[in-house]
Amino acid sequence: MADKQQQVVVKRARHKSSVKDPGTPGVLKLTKDRFTFMPNDPSSPVKHNVEFRTIKGHKFTKDGTKQALLNLTQDQGGNYIFEFENFPDRNVCKDFVASAIALSGEAGRTVPEKPAVPIQDEQLSAAEMERRIKLLQEDSDLQKLHKQFVIGGILSEAEFWATRKKLLEQNYSRRPKQRVALKNDMWSTKPLADGQSNRVTFNLTPEIILQIFAEKPAVRQAYLNFVPNKMTEKEFWTKYSRAEYLHSTKNVIAAAAEAAEDEELAVFLKQDDMLVNEARKKIRQVDPTLDMEADEGDDYMHLPDHGLPRNDNKDVLDSQYEPYRRSFSQHLNQHAAVVLQGRVIDVELGDTRSVAEALARTKHAELAKDASDVYLDKERLERISRMTEIEDLQAPRDPAVAPLSIKDPRDYFDSQQANAFSTLGDTVSGAKQLKCSVSTREAYCSLKECISEIKFQGLTEPTINSEVAFKVLNGLAQNISSNKYHLGRNPNESVLDSLPKITREELLLHWSSIQELLKHFWSSYPITTKYLLTKATKLKDAMSQIYPKLQEIKESVQSDLRHQVSLLVQPMLQALDAAFAHYDADVQNRLARSGERPNGF
Amino acid sequence: MKFQIEDVTVYFPYDNIYPEQYAYMVELKRALDAKGHCLLEMPTGTGKTIALLSLITSYALSKPSNPIKFIYCTRTVHEMEKTLSELKLLHNYQLQHLGPAAKILALGLSSRKNLCINPTVVSAENRDSVDAACRKLTASWVRELAAENPRIPTCSFFENYEKSASEAILPPGVYTLQDLRAYGKLKGWCPYFLARHMVQLANVVVYSYQYLLDPKVAGIISKEMQRESVVVFDEAHNIDNVCIEALSVSVRMQTLEGATRNINRMSQEIDRFKATDAGRLRAEYNRLVEGLALRGDLPASDAWLANPALPNDILKEAVPGNIRRAEHFLSVLRRLVQYIRGRLQTENVEKEGPVTFVASVNTQAGIDQKMLRFCYDRLHSLMLTLEISDTDEFLHIQTICDFATLVGTYTRGFSIIIEPFDERMPHIPDPVLQLCCHDASLAIKPVFERFQSVVITSGTLSPIDLYPRLLNFNPVVSRSFTMSLTRDCICPMVLTRGSDQLPVSTKYDLRSDPGVEKNYGKLLLEMVSVVPDGIVCFFVSYSYMDGIVNSWHETGLLKEIMQHKLVFIETQDVVETTLALDNYRKACDCGRGAVFFSVARGKVAEGIDFDRHYGRLVIMFGVPFQYTLSRILLARLEYLRDTFQIKEGDFLTFDALRQAAQCVGRVIRSKADYGMMIFADKRYSRHDKRSKLPGWILSHLRDAHLNLSTDMAAHIAREFLRKMAQPYDKTGVMGKKTLLSEADLEKMGNSNLGEMF
Repeated sequence: MADKQQQVVVKRARHKSSVKDPGTPGVLKLTKDRFTFMPNDPSSPVKHNVEFRTIKGHKFTKDGTKQALLNLTQDQGGNYIFEFENFPDRNVCKDFVASAIALSGEAGRTVPEKPAVPIQDEQLSAAEMERRIKLLQEDSDLQKLHKQFVIGGILSEAEFWATRKKLLEQNYSRRPKQRVALKNDMWSTKPLADGQSNRVTFNLTPEIILQIFAEKPAVRQAYLNFVPNKMTEKEFWTKYSRAEYLHSTKNVIAAAAEAAEDEELAVFLKQDDMLVNEARKKIRQVDPTLDMEADEGDDYMHLPDHGLPRNDNKDVLDSQYEPYRRSFSQHLNQHAAVVLQGRVIDVELGDTRSVAEALARTKHAELAKDASDVYLDKERLERISRMTEIEDLQAPRDPAVAPLSIKDPRDYFDSQQANAFSTLGDTVSGAKQLKCSVSTREAYCSLKECISEIKFQGLTEPTINSEVAFKVLNGLAQNISSNKYHLGRNPNESVLDSLPKITREELLLHWSSIQELLKHFWSSYPITTKYLLTKATKLKDAMSQIYPKLQEIKESVQSDLRHQVSLLVQPMLQALDAAFAHYDADVQNRLARSGERPNGF
Repeated sequence: MKFQIEDVTVYFPYDNIYPEQYAYMVELKRALDAKGHCLLEMPTGTGKTIALLSLITSYALSKPSNPIKFIYCTRTVHEMEKTLSELKLLHNYQLQHLGPAAKILALGLSSRKNLCINPTVVSAENRDSVDAACRKLTASWVRELAAENPRIPTCSFFENYEKSASEAILPPGVYTLQDLRAYGKLKGWCPYFLARHMVQLANVVVYSYQYLLDPKVAGIISKEMQRESVVVFDEAHNIDNVCIEALSVSVRMQTLEGATRNINRMSQEIDRFKATDAGRLRAEYNRLVEGLALRGDLPASDAWLANPALPNDILKEAVPGNIRRAEHFLSVLRRLVQYIRGRLQTENVEKEGPVTFVASVNTQAGIDQKMLRFCYDRLHSLMLTLEISDTDEFLHIQTICDFATLVGTYTRGFSIIIEPFDERMPHIPDPVLQLCCHDASLAIKPVFERFQSVVITSGTLSPIDLYPRLLNFNPVVSRSFTMSLTRDCICPMVLTRGSDQLPVSTKYDLRSDPGVEKNYGKLLLEMVSVVPDGIVCFFVSYSYMDGIVNSWHETGLLKEIMQHKLVFIETQDVVETTLALDNYRKACDCGRGAVFFSVARGKVAEGIDFDRHYGRLVIMFGVPFQYTLSRILLARLEYLRDTFQIKEGDFLTFDALRQAAQCVGRVIRSKADYGMMIFADKRYSRHDKRSKLPGWILSHLRDAHLNLSTDMAAHIAREFLRKMAQPYDKTGVMGKKTLLSEADLEKMGNSNLGEMF
């Protein structure tokens, strides 16, 4: 919720009327619902104070391009262009604006409801409140329900949320922001040399610095040690560039000579000890089926790779130069490993020091974790045994099980429900031979049999046979696709799509409100207190109001759709009927009992 | 599934079996019945290992009265791990279907470096220092001292193991190195010595070639294996090279300097012993007079590498009198080192046979052949007497004695080559004396003689008639199987021209041509944009790979390649290469896709599989010829021509092509897998080169794919990948069965067995 806590953002920026315009320097202030721009020169006419509600979208230039621009487009077609001093500033504003626009888009509708929420009997923390508001803003359906029942007075705020505890909890652990991967782009150390002078220029951006820190822990460590106590940031990077330049010349002896004179430079020129240590740790975690280090340990003949010319150990250099030799291949591997690992830290790129510290921390944590992980070992073993199997010789052992992930529940259940009848028809025809009228005795006998069987054999583990479960799931899922198929070529089309928009909206609204009401209705049984009784009555009244509306819908639609609609409405009506019946029976009971009592005494 | 092959019930852990696996088992069984050796070639990707394991274990189970031992030799430790995990799968299956009767003990054996669990010992840098560190804690004299003086450190794991004596055994099961270490930790026993002890009792032993082929190692590890054993050399296409390496020694200046230091140290030790404990030296002298076996009754922890000469070549006689006394022996060694130093001073390349060399040693240094021959054993005895436990310091003098013993034992099949400098860098003096063995049959001969069945098998053994000649044995079965494919799941191509239609090759004159480098880079660039997941590239040498990758980097090609996939590269540092491979697999697993640059004949090409999504395409850049100017190779070629009438060119091509086939063969693991292979060199289009490729590649190499340019290859790749993405029927089409079930096999059993194949 980092972006939430930041209620106000103030950055220096230039306002521009067009991209080419030099712009007016000033201060851009962003708050939750509006942004203001105040020029440095108070006499300048360029002042803005705009609500985000009127902003339709935002565009921005890519990181690393010439200008850090942010372009806000207005509903009416106007736009505001701001140029920032650097990209991190721009990105902060960009993120803020994005969330603000999204918020205001929803807020347009939420505004009237909001004041209603705080008037509640229960004590709520501000955070709790905020979370609820946020949920309402994110989910328009929920918002509608909330409006209808809570504000309409049928349910209390607490009751409404009590059934949605999960939703609230889930929101605690908010999904992390999507991370941008590292670019798979090696910082080529090719320096820009101008022909005349002996100057060599290197170009460093925050992105490159992050990459250097990630790939070369020794440089990172050196940075933390040296800057700013021993040298300034600029000196540090100059020195580093010098070292890189020496490497690019591939003159090992010159590098060694320079390193001898300057111990800080030597840090960059020598081999990275931290990497070596890390490698030693990691090698223990490696899959034994590709561990070539173990071969080395088993090699009693020191096989010189059959017939390969071995020229490597021939360019004999004195061992004192050994630490200064660094191969391109090492660099290549290290780079790819870092890219594969991805962006492990979540820090502003601009601040070099915090980047270095964050990287150092994560590395440390990672190594500490590796050392103690027994679980990893087991996982590795399982992986190996999976890998050894020859897949096509073996029929798949278990039904391929994938976790159920329903992206759009409405889509799933719509098609499901519309099909319920056809499926029912199937099952009825399939199960005709089932004996429906069973006497109590028979039923009891069969039940007893079952129990004794279970006693004898014990429960099967798992209780439901996975194949059976799979079949059921298959049967359910199959209808989805088949239903879609029947309805048309477009897979996104469902029964509902064929209805006129208003009817559809109305149906859906009723459907969700009935669900909500029923949920509360059934949860208030058995009625033990007066409070529950009034609640049930209230709910029953609300439901009985919806009932005729459903009938109305059914009648109002065109005749060719009527059948479809009645199919849709039917289960709702049935559910309501059941609820009414239950209510009535309960009331009768209650009356009878209260009637009996005086008689009894 | 289980089925009958003649009188043996075979337990196979899968529901189906490939027909070639079945045929392979039938042939193997015949060889076992005949108690003879056999040579079997079966393409990679047909489940050779599991077929072997399941037939041989089932065979052993079917003959409980006369159990055979099964020795499985792999080239590398990671292959050992793979084999053991397949065996685990099989063993679980057999236990399920046979119950406790199927219980076997199977274990892998490796060096102390890979098995030790003592934290102070195992932290040492390399194998030799781990060995030495272990000896420092476990040698018998150290333990004797420690018994009196508790301050002297010993290894608690070894002590515990010794204490439990005969109780220290492994329960039946399949043990990988990891399992052995875990069991050792659990019980507090040393896994290395436990494993070495259990090797004698185990039903299945998996270890690397050298434990059988290198006489030094075999002498202590494999000495007591029974004759009724089946020995399998898997991935044995390089076995001749391994045999040769086992009996070759090279001596450099550093070796001689180290040896001199060792001799000085030993003479100090002798002086010290003379002053304090003269009895020891006398006792050793007496023992040598009686010609007692040197190793027979030593405690296990004292044993080290045995004699480098083969067991049946060692004369059973006493050590000659003039090297029995320690100081005399040292002076002989001094003279020998001095003599070799003199030989290394030469300015020209010299090449001679062992006989002339021994003669000149005799005249110039006064050391005769018999003394040379006993050098290694005499040194061994002396070092034990002097109680030297830091053996890693004494490797140099061991190398010298190793050399002396070999040169004193063999008169033919060897040559001695002295080079004052490397051919390619004449300005840097780097003299080296090499004793090279040319006769691969020498090292493997005792294996063929000692064990009743030896199975040599690999994916590439063609031409299959060459191996019996190189190794000098008579196989009872020698067959090459083809692959029955459900669909054309491999797609070999020969690429002769780049995108600019100019020929590409790694031939010497074209090798460093920037045009060729660019064309190779463009080829890879095309392919990374077309092929999903993993791509493996093989180059002909490390230096060529470094050169070409650097030039791709400078021209920006590498950057473009990296836009599509991550790039990993093999280096000479094994730790780094292992980590790179691990990351490569991760990148393929997570869908990022990666390219791996590797070297043909290198460590990766020798044993790492790039099956499934780990390798959808292999590009072989160039023909991986051996370095033809090497004197050792020339000497070997000469020997081959003289003894077997094999032409030099033929052998070189055969050798290069088996390497190339080995590299590209790593992409296929099963018939459900698929992969492409690009041979990027114009020389592959020539018939004499191409025809040396194994049959299973040739049969898929269509004429239209013999002379491609980059754009055509990219087009074919696209088509192929699209075709492979379609669903297909695994069991085979049009009456040609490529997957057999139990029922199919039964049906076949009723009709004629052999007809199917």
